[in-house]
Amino acid sequence: MSALPGAATWPAPAHSRHLMSGNDAVARAVWEAGVRVAAGYPGTPATEMLEVISSYPDIYSEWSVNEKVSLEVAFGAAMAGSRSFCAMKHVGMNVASDALMTITLTGVAGGLVIAVADDVGLSSSQNEQDSRYWGRFAHLPLLEPADSQEAHDFTLAAFELSERFQVPVIVRMTTRVCHVKGLVTVGERTARPVAGFTKDAARWVMVPGAAGRRLPLMFERENRLRAEAEVSPLNVIEMGSDRRVGFITSGPAYMHVRESFPAAPVLKLGFSCPVPFDLVRSFAAQCDRLVVVEEVEPLIETEVKAQGIAVHGKDILPRSGELAPSVLKPALAKLLGESLSPPEKAVSKFAPLPVFPRPPTMCVACPHLGVYYTLAQLRNVTISGDIGCYTLGFGQPWNALDACVSMGASMGMALGLDKGRAEAEEDKKIVAVIGDSTFMHMGMQGLLDIVYNRGNVTVMILDNRAVGMTGGQNNPGTGRGIHGEDAPRVDFATLVKALGVAEERVHVIDPYELPTLFKTLRQETKIAEPSVIITNQPCVLGEDYHARKPFQVLEDVCTGCGNCVDVGCPAIHVTRRDTVVKANGKEVARSFVRIESPACTGCGLCVQPCAPDAIVHVPALAMPIHVVKTS
Amino acid sequence: MSDTTNILVVGTGGQGVMTATEILAEAAIAFGHDVKKTEVAGMAQRGGVVSSHLRFGKRVLSPQISPGTADLLLGFEAAEGMRWRHMLRPDGLALMNTGRLVPPVVDLGLFEYPDDPVAAVRAAGTRVFSFDASAIAKELGDIRLGNTVMLGAIADHLPFSPEVLEQCILRRFASKKPELIELNRRAFAAGRAAAAQAAAAN
Repeated sequence: MSALPGAATWPAPAHSRHLMSGNDAVARAVWEAGVRVAAGYPGTPATEMLEVISSYPDIYSEWSVNEKVSLEVAFGAAMAGSRSFCAMKHVGMNVASDALMTITLTGVAGGLVIAVADDVGLSSSQNEQDSRYWGRFAHLPLLEPADSQEAHDFTLAAFELSERFQVPVIVRMTTRVCHVKGLVTVGERTARPVAGFTKDAARWVMVPGAAGRRLPLMFERENRLRAEAEVSPLNVIEMGSDRRVGFITSGPAYMHVRESFPAAPVLKLGFSCPVPFDLVRSFAAQCDRLVVVEEVEPLIETEVKAQGIAVHGKDILPRSGELAPSVLKPALAKLLGESLSPPEKAVSKFAPLPVFPRPPTMCVACPHLGVYYTLAQLRNVTISGDIGCYTLGFGQPWNALDACVSMGASMGMALGLDKGRAEAEEDKKIVAVIGDSTFMHMGMQGLLDIVYNRGNVTVMILDNRAVGMTGGQNNPGTGRGIHGEDAPRVDFATLVKALGVAEERVHVIDPYELPTLFKTLRQETKIAEPSVIITNQPCVLGEDYHARKPFQVLEDVCTGCGNCVDVGCPAIHVTRRDTVVKANGKEVARSFVRIESPACTGCGLCVQPCAPDAIVHVPALAMPIHVVKTS
Repeated sequence: MSDTTNILVVGTGGQGVMTATEILAEAAIAFGHDVKKTEVAGMAQRGGVVSSHLRFGKRVLSPQISPGTADLLLGFEAAEGMRWRHMLRPDGLALMNTGRLVPPVVDLGLFEYPDDPVAAVRAAGTRVFSFDASAIAKELGDIRLGNTVMLGAIADHLPFSPEVLEQCILRRFASKKPELIELNRRAFAAGRAAAAQAAAAN
């Protein structure tokens, strides 16, 4: 049933119906559209688009080092006349936007579609920004699918639009489109002839004069696009019997509106930028009043209001998060001065039972555990962090990450923390922590800045040979390409030396060797020069990791010192706690532990701080039948 | 949408919650239903909370189950079943694994694990069938069978036949790991029996 790579017939035959996520559906449409080049950088919730595309035949696909490069690759292919595609999460577009703001002037030859995935509700991101602004900012058309079938159909429509208007088209996805699975009927693939690159300096070379001449063309194109949106089949009016409130909505919010108010008139904007104002006016004339339901910023609302059309929107709805039926129904009842129906009232009284939080944790035996255990021992230090699994180091038990804002920012922030330090903090150590892929994404330039400007920063590159948090994708540090094939592998030690870090200040260390790690970190933080410590053990979820013999705790030997608990491995569990009064009269808390041996993969991190040597290998006979790798 | 069935499957990252929901979705499709499935997962692959929503019926619009409207709650972990109990409609049914996964925040002494999650859900007025799916899976030789045990437990409470659900599970192993078919068949049967026994005891 599943139209996924590895299925008996792949790609699935045309006109068949499958359970697909929005990301799966976009990937399928990219293949059907005859796209020749697809590029992206992993980021939740966008990752699977490129991942799935890479398993289709006849498409060149790549993990690029960052989103800006991926957009430039896709744009290059579009200049050459190929259909091309690029996918990224919302914050990725911030990185890519430098290119975006100018390719809107050149336009494209082959169709170029950019899928941007917003994390509405922040399930896995550092902010909740609304990518629909890019349509306005860059004067580009923007489509908003509401479910998987639309993700498929709108992607195809986006390519048609892109070629007809010679313009890049943004498909704005959200987590609730990317990761929802629904039934999709797939279509035929059409191969496209490639026209080839046409030399045209006035178009492709954006020096001021040439760019200035293209500005009016861009504005004229925007007018034509608005006229197209007025008649586009992607914008639909569904009249209903209860015309007290008409809804203008886009994206997955449409599904929530339809579910909540089955009898209400709805103007569904699939082609939502530029906003088709005439269509909005004709809809407005048929309803007593209007409510705009959009995730997340009041964009359509503000623009419609500026046309002199009265609407409600963020005055009655939240400014952030998803607009689910449980949010919409009470807000509309309040607007209409009605009370909720009795069953809904009963539901609102149904409070959640109190349960402990279960924040994400690092994995059993994760090589980052050793790094954070060590960082937590360091005194008088500020730790500048970055985006990845290692961001989790801010939490318990380590509390060893003091800042995190954006990809690669650990470097620049560390230099700023160094240069901007208070007089009283002359001895403060500054450490920056960054992963392998994040370093190549945007960290290299920051390190170069540290070196060039003689920063006093110790940089830790946690090279686990994977983009871990998004599921272990390949990157230039893994030695494998998007299909798992051999690829040139960057040598981090050579790279950082080439950036100017002194040879004796570069160390490659096994993060499971705690004494060496601690000694090196203490030594380097004392030296007022840029230094780099590279850890070199792979992600435990990847194929490069090999589990070793598991450990157990000898109950009668454990003294309850709790040192092993400070490692933060989720396979270590406290069995009982108490407090004892020592000979000197001091009260000491004790935590006695056990190791969940079937989950343990024998990394040995907890063995090293164990004072009484109570942690030993599980005897061979007691080994579980299957060693389960928990993730 | 009264013709829509809402099933909430909950647990922690790595337990197979999403796969189980996907199999339930495949079974619903086999019966001709429209289906939507969605997760509130966050960074779930790091051991966090996972709640997977499955809605099926004639036509499904919103993919999300609103609080208080789930027909069935399938809890892969005891405290997680308790965490999401408010999603059930007042006469809904909770099928709860009593197996526990204690997170580091509890081991560190920052929070308490509830004494008896099943009792807490019951005390809140919800009908519960509980059983130790983790122990059943371990007895069968592999904790990873817990997923199939849980699907067995829900099999007799669905608006379609348990046999089709079982076929959807076994089909997954047919091509890649045929040696696991028999083991999963037993796990599915054990889950059905455990839920039936819990129902009888209720």
